[in-house]
Amino acid sequence: MSFIQLDHIVKAFHDPQRDTRTLAIDDVSLSVERNQFLCLLGPSGCGKSTLLNMIAGFEKPTEGTVRVGGSPVEGPGADRGMVFQQPNLMPWLPVWDNIAFALKIQGAPRQARMDAAQPFIEAVKLRGFERHFPSELSGGMAQRVGIARALLQNPAVILMDEPFAALDAQTKLEMQEELVAIWERYRSTIVFVTHSVDEALILGTQVAIMTHRPGRIRELIEVDLPRPRDVTSPVFNELKRHVLAMIREEALLAREDRADAA
Amino acid sequence: MTPARRLLDAKDRLWVPVLLLAGWEWLSRSGYIPPALLPAPSRVFMSWADWIFAIDEYTQDAAGRWLKDALASSARVFAGYLIAALLGIGLGVSIGWSRLVEKTIEPTLQMLRPIPPVSWIPLAIIWFGIADRPAIFLVFLGAFFPILMNTIHGVKTVNRDLLRAAAMAGAKERQLLRFVVVPAAMPSIFAGLRIGVGSAWMLTVTAEMVAVKSGLGYVLWDSYYFLRYDMVIASMISIGLLGFLTDLVVKLVMQRLLRWQHAGTVQGTR
Repeated sequence: MSFIQLDHIVKAFHDPQRDTRTLAIDDVSLSVERNQFLCLLGPSGCGKSTLLNMIAGFEKPTEGTVRVGGSPVEGPGADRGMVFQQPNLMPWLPVWDNIAFALKIQGAPRQARMDAAQPFIEAVKLRGFERHFPSELSGGMAQRVGIARALLQNPAVILMDEPFAALDAQTKLEMQEELVAIWERYRSTIVFVTHSVDEALILGTQVAIMTHRPGRIRELIEVDLPRPRDVTSPVFNELKRHVLAMIREEALLAREDRADAA
Repeated sequence: MTPARRLLDAKDRLWVPVLLLAGWEWLSRSGYIPPALLPAPSRVFMSWADWIFAIDEYTQDAAGRWLKDALASSARVFAGYLIAALLGIGLGVSIGWSRLVEKTIEPTLQMLRPIPPVSWIPLAIIWFGIADRPAIFLVFLGAFFPILMNTIHGVKTVNRDLLRAAAMAGAKERQLLRFVVVPAAMPSIFAGLRIGVGSAWMLTVTAEMVAVKSGLGYVLWDSYYFLRYDMVIASMISIGLLGFLTDLVVKLVMQRLLRWQHAGTVQGTR
């Protein structure tokens, strides 16, 4: 069995006010092996974040099962690390204590938390900023803290929900490079949601392209380009052209659906 | 700002109070206003000094008793305020967090809230007699509601995404409350605590005028009966000063606990 396994996932949202049922995800099966870097790519509203939230345990599938490491996901928990689109740091805690937040919850003493946080502070290159508060950090630095916090919880499984979407282009490139280094170093298994074709192809070992609503997996691409990936190479661009065409088609279909509904 | 400019600013600030005091002294001494109605500031100051240090027994019974009076009032403020803070924060967190508690308890509290605390005085006296307890009860009433309302507001406006992040770190309900909700609500809680400390002094003095036979409020009211307006004014100043100092203490605790709010930029290495 694969490390992260999604079996015939269906997710429907019920709107009690209008008494309508929206099918967000329709029969998605995915298996992610250990040490894979899976990017979920799709047009907005395709349910890629919903899928990630089900692996995180924030949402339950209507049908089907999600398993991580063989056991079914029952809810959010520290056995998986998650990096959100916003850093979501506790503004009253200094960097080191935000990173060690999972240990604080378990009641670990101060010194133990500091010691545990230190290697991850080094890993995300925040040495010297241990005692800063989140309000003193730039967007990129805050997101590094978010990554370190997820790594401390469990470097084996990292879930990421468009973590670099709010960063400027330069910072984004830097963070992508460092994320790849972290993934290699900790031999993590990463599921990464993004709407950027470039980002998916730079980062992923696999890219799952989703259809418009209701979300299905349209195509699963293995990306075995050498790292660091050259975004100007002909192979990269050929792949990108192929993926972009699919995304464009799905976005168009989504627009037609909306027009029909209206 | 240059040092000279700053000095000038400090002087500017003093102009108005100095002129007011000088004018008051002059009015009182020249006899335009009878000193019995408005004693001169120098007289008030001397009486106050006698009240504190028993210099010349000019304030008769009160001489040398200031510390005792001030401590009596402060103890009532402290006791009532402490109960108000504990109950206000505790209930506020429960009401803000739990729909069930909100439904069952909040309507009753909201019905009691518009009743001015001073209107409880008759009941407070028949329930608790003439002593510390009616004053403590009034202080509690006055400080409780601002602390409660602000705590509820703080808890209700906690960023949901922080709760998600904490849940992902393994927090269950108890830990969410302790490690996320309460710290996140702290700025609001302190807003309530600071409003509450003002009400606390106001109500101690009111209670002491009516229902207690000691403390600064009692001295103030008693001096009024004996036409000792110098002591009335000295009491007013004492109350103002203690109120200011208590607020300062709360403010300092707040700045210490909420220093994360005012942390500067990356460059601003405080």
